[in-house]
Amino acid sequence: MTAKLATDSVGPSQGGFYRSLVARRQLILAGLTLALGLSLCVDLALGPARYGLGEVITALLTPDDVSPSVKVILWEIRMPVALMALVVGASLSIAGAQMQTILSNPLASPFTLGISAGASFGAALALAFGVSLVPAAVDYIIPINAFVMAMLTAGTIHLLSMRRGVTIETIVLLGIAMVFIFNSLMALIQFFASQQAVSAVVFWTMGSLTKATWPKLWIALGVLAFILPLLARHGWALTAMRLGDAKAESLGVNPRALRLEVLVLVSLLAAISVAFVGTIGFIGLVGPHIARLLLGEDQRFFLPGSALCGALILSVGSVLSKIILPGTIIPIGIITSLVGIPFFLFLVLSHKKASW
Amino acid sequence: MVTLTLDHLSAHYGRRQILSEVTTPAFAGGQIVSLLGPNAAGKSTLFRRILGLLKGDGEVRIEGATSERPVAYMPQETGASAVLTVYESVLLARMQGRSLKVQPEDLREVDRALSELSIASLGERDIGNLSGGQRQLVSAAQALVQDPEILLLDEPTSALDLHRQISLLSILQRLAREREMLIIASLHDIGHALRFTDQAMVLESGQLVACGTTEQVVTPTLLRHIFQVDARIEPCSMGRPQLIVEAAV
Repeated sequence: MTAKLATDSVGPSQGGFYRSLVARRQLILAGLTLALGLSLCVDLALGPARYGLGEVITALLTPDDVSPSVKVILWEIRMPVALMALVVGASLSIAGAQMQTILSNPLASPFTLGISAGASFGAALALAFGVSLVPAAVDYIIPINAFVMAMLTAGTIHLLSMRRGVTIETIVLLGIAMVFIFNSLMALIQFFASQQAVSAVVFWTMGSLTKATWPKLWIALGVLAFILPLLARHGWALTAMRLGDAKAESLGVNPRALRLEVLVLVSLLAAISVAFVGTIGFIGLVGPHIARLLLGEDQRFFLPGSALCGALILSVGSVLSKIILPGTIIPIGIITSLVGIPFFLFLVLSHKKASW
Repeated sequence: MVTLTLDHLSAHYGRRQILSEVTTPAFAGGQIVSLLGPNAAGKSTLFRRILGLLKGDGEVRIEGATSERPVAYMPQETGASAVLTVYESVLLARMQGRSLKVQPEDLREVDRALSELSIASLGERDIGNLSGGQRQLVSAAQALVQDPEILLLDEPTSALDLHRQISLLSILQRLAREREMLIIASLHDIGHALRFTDQAMVLESGQLVACGTTEQVVTPTLLRHIFQVDARIEPCSMGRPQLIVEAAV
């Protein structure tokens, strides 16, 4: 007897379907890259002095063909800020994507695990009381404090996660506990600090790209370039993690070891980003969700997609922060949340397929 | 041909002993072995121990295997929460431990696994939108696509309707013969074990209480003592042994 299950009577080749799926995703990634390039040019063109897109592109491709003042404004002042938006957006989005993946939780992001809250506390210590957690140059006390506290938070969660019997739900709860602890400590700092210091702390927590410089950009870019391939090589295993630990294990993945490794890597990514630009909460949560809607959860597309979505959101946010109130640059964290969340809700509610 | 031998295999969770001293003769490829036992007898633990997911005393001996990863495992959990199509989720199982680049041969293997189980038409569906039975078939395809020499199936028919249970077991029986694959499947339906499996091992409280050809192992005495049912085994009109359960003890 030749048995046949009743699910279908013929077995058409699905390879064609898969190839077209891959082609569609490559097209989406190319579209996102193109949009990112356009957004970068617009971001560079906008400011107290506005330039045409043609002039910006000329300045980018052949800097010697534009006037020295345009060259200085674009390359020395605006470029680090515009590129920092891309790098930080990509970093936060990747961090969120992998936290959602390894914790199987759609709410996971650098915020959920208290990493951003820890960074804010470190920065507030420097801003309010001039406390330096490690000896550092004056220009770098705030980011270094923020980085140290973010990594200490991640390290604490990491150590607790290694204990026997700790589940992914416990890790999320630990993160939320961290958020509350640091929020209380922040309130304590604001209670004792001067009015001026409180203003500085509040401004820092809103997130701002304006303090970006080339050296800071290189550091953030270097960390991103270092971590991205480390995550990419786990592409199949990370995708399998979304099928649940038991299923992933059955496919030869060690979920516990992978979870801990990825937790360290993405904590580093998030910590560096938050240290340089302050807390920008929306990207790490929503960038991955938009990428998931567009590209699914195959990490070969989801990982670059998350990076591109995060970078694009922050770059567009940077553009909007300059044009909403001409002459004023609104802190980027406010823009990304105010404008981005309605857009995100529209995407989720109008999407007919499952988004988690 | 591949063979699998379990030699004084033990496993424990913390201080709780789950398996103790499980020893079997060599099971050769080309057949289906049923793993029987009441709930919490240690069947899933035995699979996890064979796979090396649990540590413990004793040895799992695999001889005659030609591939680096000869064993594939289908757990009870079907893991269907990711935003992936059925085709992608089966490809994913194929690609574990391989490079990120998908080769045409990998797509052919996915096509073959889906076709073997007659679920090619589900390829474009999101795994989150499948019924329990469909998920179970996809899970079986994920195990088959790894082209295993030894296939461990943990309750592969538990979510399937009767037609699909019979069809799946018939397909597995054929694949075991054609590919000289050793299939070990935990089953709760003793009737299916009698009809489709060549050998049976019975676990109770982590100990192997019987092992041999299915017809030798599954007896009214065993059913009464291990499964607490009064039952008869009689040949059906086609001559196959048939289980007739009369009452729970």
